[in-house]
Amino acid sequence: MRFGPCPRRQPCYNSAGQAYFMAKTLTQTAVSLRATPDDVDVQLRLKLYRMLVEIREAEQRAYDLFLQNLVKGTSHLSLGQEAVAAGYGAAMEPGDLSFCTYRGHAHTLARGVPIEKVLGELMGRDIGLLRGKGGSMHLTSVEHGVMGSYAIIGAHLPIACGSAWRAQYKGAKDVSVCFFGDGTTNIGAFHEALNLAVVWKLPVVFVCENNLYMEYTPIGEVTSVEHPAADRASAYGLESIVVDGQDADAVYRSAKEALDKARAGGGPSLVEYMTYRYSGHSRADPAKYRPAGELDDWRENRDAIKIYRQRMLDNGIAETQIAEIEQDARRKVDEATEKCKASPAPPLEILCTDVYADGGWAWRN
Amino acid sequence: MAELTYRDAVARGIAQEMSRDADVVFLGEDVAKAGGVFKATVGLLEQFGPLRVRDTPISEQAILGAAMGAAMTGLKPIAEIMFSDFIAVCFDYLANEFSKSRYMTNGQVKCPLVVRTGNGGGSRFGAQHSQSVENWCMMIPGLKVVAPSTPRDVIGLLAAAVRDPDPVIFFEHKSLYATKGEVEDGEIVDALGTAKIVRAGSDATILALALMVPRALAAAEKLKAEHGIDCEVIDVRSLVPLDTQTILRSVASTHRLFTVEENPRLCGWGAELVSIVADEAFYHLDGPPVRITTPHIPLPAADFLEDMAMPTVDRICGTVRRSLQA
Ligand SMILES: Cc1ncc(C[n+]2csc(CCOP(=O)(O)OP(=O)(O)O)c2C)c(N)n1
Ligand SMILES: [Mg+2]
Repeated sequence: MRFGPCPRRQPCYNSAGQAYFMAKTLTQTAVSLRATPDDVDVQLRLKLYRMLVEIREAEQRAYDLFLQNLVKGTSHLSLGQEAVAAGYGAAMEPGDLSFCTYRGHAHTLARGVPIEKVLGELMGRDIGLLRGKGGSMHLTSVEHGVMGSYAIIGAHLPIACGSAWRAQYKGAKDVSVCFFGDGTTNIGAFHEALNLAVVWKLPVVFVCENNLYMEYTPIGEVTSVEHPAADRASAYGLESIVVDGQDADAVYRSAKEALDKARAGGGPSLVEYMTYRYSGHSRADPAKYRPAGELDDWRENRDAIKIYRQRMLDNGIAETQIAEIEQDARRKVDEATEKCKASPAPPLEILCTDVYADGGWAWRN
Repeated sequence: MAELTYRDAVARGIAQEMSRDADVVFLGEDVAKAGGVFKATVGLLEQFGPLRVRDTPISEQAILGAAMGAAMTGLKPIAEIMFSDFIAVCFDYLANEFSKSRYMTNGQVKCPLVVRTGNGGGSRFGAQHSQSVENWCMMIPGLKVVAPSTPRDVIGLLAAAVRDPDPVIFFEHKSLYATKGEVEDGEIVDALGTAKIVRAGSDATILALALMVPRALAAAEKLKAEHGIDCEVIDVRSLVPLDTQTILRSVASTHRLFTVEENPRLCGWGAELVSIVADEAFYHLDGPPVRITTPHIPLPAADFLEDMAMPTVDRICGTVRRSLQA
């Protein structure tokens, strides 16, 4: 992946026919964010790091549990993509709402959902967030503002618009944040949602995690523009923003900016984060389609945790304090795993509950 | 009491609910300023303002998606899909999203919303603007399916749908918009899942929905006058929830069952109802249940062909008479 300036800097035209250039390119954004003096205070830094390593540990554990056949079905991990979830988790206010995808464990954890609830759901145990009725792809915790994980590509972008419309109508100050992948930018619902969000000036933030691949196909092979989200922004009168998704501070700052804008009535934002998934698309995928060395390069040179760890050391945070966070995370994941293993399968009584609002499934008298 | 068209009943029903509850909002293509392509929502924008009555782009996914997002976070949206054929474009929301979210989230997410849509044939619009697709929706767990046949029922069932805590798809029949009926003054609220015996009779039970209800009624009058056959006609009104008790009781007293369906033959709603009767009232039947349907074809546009395709009064009469006399 090239991180240089975009070669195709062609002017866009507004409705009055005036030419203009999109405001930010990848390098400008990333560099300017990096160049910002260290405005992240220690508490926030520790919090972000804690999130990063907890997500990493939990996702790694989810993978290990597959290998032990304790997680059934499929599962889509965010290993490598932790910084986007963490940056937003830290930047969002408690009342803000998350709309996630099937690759949503990280975003769910980042809103404070207990690890055992997530792992338990993956394992199909009664302790799970949805008592096994949703599974890995549908993590939801309304009390934490996680309004669902959606497994039909693009479906949740319009849903996030509706949630934002409710906030606008009610005069509420919450922002709806919608996470999705690069591949999602090629489905109609993406375009319908962006247009509606702009026309209605909705308080919604669209977060594209460009991990360079759909399931198996490199996004560049099937997309008309280089940046699948950002290069489409101008079609909706939005600023084109690309941010380094491996830098938790950059994510945090850009998230804050988009959230503040939405909260202030400034309407939607679309932000594209460059990131990479270390594992295959899902459990079944060995990811052989990736060019040799690509994964190693990201792991070695662009790993979100490595980058952040070094930054903490550079900013005078003690190695012991960092190690403590790491040990804590491991312990929490170990404890959660034990709780899940001890939890029974969900009881048969819930098989036919909650189809309808009366709590049951009766469709006739 | 006043005489009202089915079309005006839609606007009155929506207005009744929007006046009662500020959380009820309404969105769709051309519904606000233009008052709807069928002129069924005229006056709502003026009465409730542009924040509550919103014109949308031609984005069916965005319409149903936005309705869902609003519903799950506290509003009670009514979304219009202009022609029911177009639900194929946004079927994900009906089939996968708001119908299933309550179950999948172990009861956390609730979607109290109504999708209104113009359904059915008889307008000479051809195969993509004429279908009766209530059966597409009937098979989805978590979704409720309603289809009124009279102006009064439009108001009463729409109110019930808006107040229902589950997602409801509300099929208005395009060929009924111009029809008139007596409607009482004041608030009207009906109950979902209640079929209505619209004509009592002793020789056969005829189940019908929407436009097929007036046709079944006309057929019943003709059968009585010309052949002395006395049919009971039931307006099913709500496919989900389904009032099986009214249907089974009727069959137990008439001993014969006919369904009149606008759907193409395969998997029309009558198939499910006949199977219920076969399961639970088999020994009350004096003869095989008979389904009167559109053949398994896309609807043609030409008036003559379309009229031949959909169940007519004559076809209902002929089928019932031959079956009873066989
Ligand atoms: C409508 C639809 N089409 C196809 C799929 C199958 N599918 C699941 S994930 C995926 C790739 C999505 O890629 P992207 O948006 O980049 O997200 P990522 O998995 O990389 O996070 C596909 C094609 C689906 N779930 N829904
Ligand atoms: Mg991707």
